[in-house]
Amino acid sequence: MTVELGHAALIMALCLAIIQAVVPMIGSFSGHTSWMRLGHSMAVGQFVFVALSFACLATAFVQDDFSVAYVANNSNTLLPLHFKLSAVWGAHEGSLLLWSLILSGWSTAVALCSGKLPLVLSARVLSVLGAISVGFALFLLFTSNPFDRVLPIPPLEGSDLNPLLQDFGLIVHPPMLYMGYVGFSVPFAFAIAALIGGQFDSAWARWSRPWINVAWVFLTIGISLGSWWAYYELGWGGWWFWDPVENASFMPWLAGTALMHSISASEKRGVFRSWTLLLAILTFSLSLLGTFLVRSGVLTSVHAFASDPERGIFILAFLGIVVGGSLLLFALRGPTMRSVTTYSGWSRETMLLINNVLLVSSMAMILIGTLYPLLADVLGMGKISVGPPYFNFFFVPLMSGLMVCLGFAGFTRWKNTEGRALLKKGVLPSIISLVLALVLPIFMMDKLTWSNYSLTAVITLLLVLWVVTMSLEDLWLKSRGKLSSLSSLSGSYWGMLIAHIGLAVCALGVGLSTAYDAQKDLRMVPGDTTELGGYQFQFVDVKRIEGPNFIAYRGNVEVRSGGEFVVSLSPEKRNYKSGGQVMTEADIDGQLHRDLYVSLGEPLGDQAWAIRFQVKPFVRCIWLGSLLIGLGGLLAAFDKRYRRRRLQKSVNSSSEGLAFE
Amino acid sequence: MNRIALFLPLALFVVLTVVLLLGLDKDPTELPSALVGEPFPVFSLPALHDANQMLDEQDLLGDVVLVNIWATWCFACRIEHAMLNQLEEQGVKVIGLNYKDNREAAIDWLKKRGDPYTFSIFDERGRLGIDLGVYGAPETYLLDAGGTIRHRRVGVVDDRVWNNEFRDLYAQLMDEKR
Repeated sequence: MTVELGHAALIMALCLAIIQAVVPMIGSFSGHTSWMRLGHSMAVGQFVFVALSFACLATAFVQDDFSVAYVANNSNTLLPLHFKLSAVWGAHEGSLLLWSLILSGWSTAVALCSGKLPLVLSARVLSVLGAISVGFALFLLFTSNPFDRVLPIPPLEGSDLNPLLQDFGLIVHPPMLYMGYVGFSVPFAFAIAALIGGQFDSAWARWSRPWINVAWVFLTIGISLGSWWAYYELGWGGWWFWDPVENASFMPWLAGTALMHSISASEKRGVFRSWTLLLAILTFSLSLLGTFLVRSGVLTSVHAFASDPERGIFILAFLGIVVGGSLLLFALRGPTMRSVTTYSGWSRETMLLINNVLLVSSMAMILIGTLYPLLADVLGMGKISVGPPYFNFFFVPLMSGLMVCLGFAGFTRWKNTEGRALLKKGVLPSIISLVLALVLPIFMMDKLTWSNYSLTAVITLLLVLWVVTMSLEDLWLKSRGKLSSLSSLSGSYWGMLIAHIGLAVCALGVGLSTAYDAQKDLRMVPGDTTELGGYQFQFVDVKRIEGPNFIAYRGNVEVRSGGEFVVSLSPEKRNYKSGGQVMTEADIDGQLHRDLYVSLGEPLGDQAWAIRFQVKPFVRCIWLGSLLIGLGGLLAAFDKRYRRRRLQKSVNSSSEGLAFE
Repeated sequence: MNRIALFLPLALFVVLTVVLLLGLDKDPTELPSALVGEPFPVFSLPALHDANQMLDEQDLLGDVVLVNIWATWCFACRIEHAMLNQLEEQGVKVIGLNYKDNREAAIDWLKKRGDPYTFSIFDERGRLGIDLGVYGAPETYLLDAGGTIRHRRVGVVDDRVWNNEFRDLYAQLMDEKR
């Protein structure tokens, strides 16, 4: 019964979404206030029904209702409760339902927070969001219904959730990622509403900025959680693979980052208007494209979700309507007049332009690399792949260039910044960073030879220290060296500073863990000891243990440093009962300056095991840095001025939407 | 800005959509039939273990062989490796094509995981990979004694794939050779 209720609720949500998409839009043209207001209540109603539907599916999982095909394929009675709940979004159908839920959640947030917006604008924004909801609801109901039954004979036992996904990472990673992906539908809707209304003053930019920031924060956290999950769950110590699924989430992030920066110039100075609109469309389009790539199966991926050409056609058609339609609208109605304001030299506008060029080039490079196998195939050039070598070759120089420019971020002024003054401010930081970057790697060497001196580390440190010292110098000058004036700096400024330093910390982790990574794969018998990166690893024994839905071999490895006990690690080899899948669970001792990473390989007979030992210096900085980046975005999103300005704006703009018809 | 320029994103998107639409019909794991029945491409590349020893397509002749494309950066290859070791123990001749990789890392890899390859070709720049139309590592080609490609598998070869796609063909080719 619950299942049918869930299905019905989803259909109900679809109906409300249709009303939300159609009625307010018509109202916005005909001027019927009540029609325009309808979108707000429809958004809330839609959210309630999608949430009900989602709750019903969750109930089916908790009650082990294997008559539902989706439950039978992704759960089983032995699965612990929290994994039963997270299994709701463990595969295709459920993750789409989660997507719908989050979309209706964002719509509701817009409906509730739009009191200060002109009604015409909020009605159109909600109508666009409603149209996207309709697309996803249709997709769910027609090609991927999570409520389909296995009748007449339901299986007695489910086939279990993919063991890779039975992990805390899966509980939080997809919702975070989707919050980000879907969150970009809001600036997208704002951009479309602006295009429809033909209004490109700074108002639309200001209204959408906080939404962009919040969505971007979620995406940042989502991507870093995904990388962290791959690091400890895939069991062999990598943290980024340039896999199509990862690229699919990284591209909107890059475009979104470009959007965050260009929209500030559009808001403050009225420049880059068409570009900002285009970026808002692009960012959400890339989120949709990501869904297409992951769900349609045009590309092979290690993440191997269910793929199905029929679904592919549907998403492609949807993509065509949404993206093609908005780009057509952009082409027909986009602003063509040149910006009235000018900027020159090393102004902040110029720097933001460089930032955008670098970010969008990186995004395009990843898009080409991701689609290249497909493109080559379609063009009849055979099947060619590009691997991590291609991505690293382009991405590392582009990001290094970005970090060089980023150092100047705080110092630049709108309109014009004097180049010489800018260079002067760079003198001290560049000397400090150069000296430290050349000296510090010496302390990482166990023997003083040139071959031990890592060039990667020097370059990494140079870039990282440059960004950090420049940011601190700017902070020093802005606060005039007084602690008391720190509190008067705005939330946006702190946000920028922290996010930029976060990027530096992240780069530090990437560069140093690449430069000083040490690893060994060994055949070990209990009692054997090995030395790696200044640590002694002793393999004590392997025990057989029983988990809730798996049997495991648990190794015991004691780590000492200079004779002193550091930690005892227990990597596992798990054998899942239902699917017979074998999983490697690495054990990690993480500290800020290094991770000790031990994974248990295959038994080699005579009590011997293959074991992999890794020492990864500073690898944790990658995720610490991403958290700082996210924190920065959050601070900027809740800057006081958005709330203040909105109040002011509502007074003088409450009727401006209609004037442009 | 020129109105025409605003149409540019739309035009790009239309091209992209066409590519994606055409791509939908293609199964990424399916072999391109063009290569099957063709002789293995001509190449001249160094051996993995000895940079001075040059190998070419003649070295693949005379026996039914599997040519396996692998790399240390490819982690599906790790999964596949145990199966290749097994095949080698059963007497199947496997030749490695180390693809866009680092020589030391690759040699190290084989030391640790066992070396199922009779010899490994070192294709640092992916030249031979382009001629073969490699989609991604791992890939496995089955060649008859005359050096003609008889089957191609994109992705991991495991027990199931071996039994379904390779075993009978392999036995048949061995008979032909006799």
